[in-house]
Amino acid sequence: MQHYSALSLIKNAFTKHKHWKEEWPDAAPKAAYDVVIIGAGGHGLGAAYYLAKEHGINNVAVVEKGWLGGGNTGRNTTIIRSNYLYDESAKLYDHAVDLWETLSQEVNYNVMFSKRGVMMLAHTQHDIQSIQRHIHANRLNGVDNRWLSAKEAKTLCPPLNIEANARYPVLGAALQKRAGTARHDAVAWGYARAAAARGVDIIQNCPVTNILRGPDGRVTGVETPKGVIKAKKIAVSAAGNTSVIMDTAGVRMPLESYTLQALVSEPVKPCLPGVVMSNSVHAYISQSDKGELVIGSGTDQYTSYSQRGGLPMIEHTLAAICEMFPVFKRMRMLRLWGGVVDVTPDRSAILGKTPVDGLYVNCGWGTGGFKATPGAAHLLAWTIAKDEPHPINAPFSLQRFATGRLIDEAAAAAVAH
Amino acid sequence: MLLIRCPYCQDYFPEVEFDYAGEAHIERPADPSLLSDDAWRDFLFIRSNTRGWHVERWRHTHGCGRFFNMVRHTVTDKILLTYRAGEPMPNIKQLVETNT
Repeated sequence: MQHYSALSLIKNAFTKHKHWKEEWPDAAPKAAYDVVIIGAGGHGLGAAYYLAKEHGINNVAVVEKGWLGGGNTGRNTTIIRSNYLYDESAKLYDHAVDLWETLSQEVNYNVMFSKRGVMMLAHTQHDIQSIQRHIHANRLNGVDNRWLSAKEAKTLCPPLNIEANARYPVLGAALQKRAGTARHDAVAWGYARAAAARGVDIIQNCPVTNILRGPDGRVTGVETPKGVIKAKKIAVSAAGNTSVIMDTAGVRMPLESYTLQALVSEPVKPCLPGVVMSNSVHAYISQSDKGELVIGSGTDQYTSYSQRGGLPMIEHTLAAICEMFPVFKRMRMLRLWGGVVDVTPDRSAILGKTPVDGLYVNCGWGTGGFKATPGAAHLLAWTIAKDEPHPINAPFSLQRFATGRLIDEAAAAAVAH
Repeated sequence: MLLIRCPYCQDYFPEVEFDYAGEAHIERPADPSLLSDDAWRDFLFIRSNTRGWHVERWRHTHGCGRFFNMVRHTVTDKILLTYRAGEPMPNIKQLVETNT
């Protein structure tokens, strides 16, 4: 793998940047692999990388129906945080944030992880109590989070309206300083390049149409338009399309797929230092390094695989943004898009084994999968390699929906649905 | 924006008048205490999450307030049919063939 550094940049400048090598080859499928991962998003590519690096399994293919990182990895609003209420979730997401800290060095690719802080606003007495409960729970779990007065929030984020005559005045906020954003495409590209360098095949434009099982029930491979690819183990990391793929292996999932939309404004000079979220007024916003305001809120109300949403949700989202930031009222919006998110009944992910031998699943991240990328990838690789879940992802089993041990995580969404 | 025909009001109204209420024709078991954990899970949590024609419940919240069912395609958002709650599930395959 060609090493990226300031020195290599200078060196290549002398040859007018004409000799950079391709970051990863577009592979054709081999007849058989030890592990086939379905879905080349950040989670799937990351899992392939950690399988090769930490478990010595590099006879791995990542199979993708579209293009690499073209699903929810490239459609999210890039927010990273770990201020979740329950012990299980706090451990899971903080594990991911730990890995985010060193990810750029780990894969030698700048993912632009920026710890600019995530602020969650309180507008009512109930908000104050709920947010403070989260703060206390977080601190007990070693997750950083602190309470701010409205004035402190305004100091941190000058465009915020904290006037008492606002319809929903800001009464305070929680701040996780270690939280922030990263460049989502770079995460997929970085993992892809690092995984390919360790021998992983990345096969794009290759939808899996069927998961094949032997007479003993164990998985034997996948069917694709490029032919049958045999595999000893298969991991499904396909976000919104998980139900469809798992159905072909005879496993019915507790998932529903919804459209989640996001939009960006025209680019402006830096004016919004961190990420601001409001559960009550119901939207969240940050500013990208290019200067666009990145805005999102909840899912559309009905299930959909269309990757596009309706305008009523956009109108609702922008009304909330204008309420909190009257200064942005005249901003023009540049682009909007949607992704298919797989939502579980308890709003927590499913990461572990399935009733089928050799079949593993990583899904149910719903509206908050990006922040978990390195953690989910790392734990999925562990689960595949050892055929048992890591202690961190053990509570996130598919089995919990039968035992009733749900992880009912209302904080799973940046804003509630 | 979906334009939805309420089978009670017998007219088309914009999506914002309605609330989505999940997959249709999921019958609550007569005696839940007799069910195994797996069967209870299936009733509570497992959904078809179909990529294609999906039968679902809606409520005309800002109109007549009543629940009804709808057959909608989850990729194209085309609505095939709406019908009153309590009516049997239509034969979707046949409906698609006659309507396309």
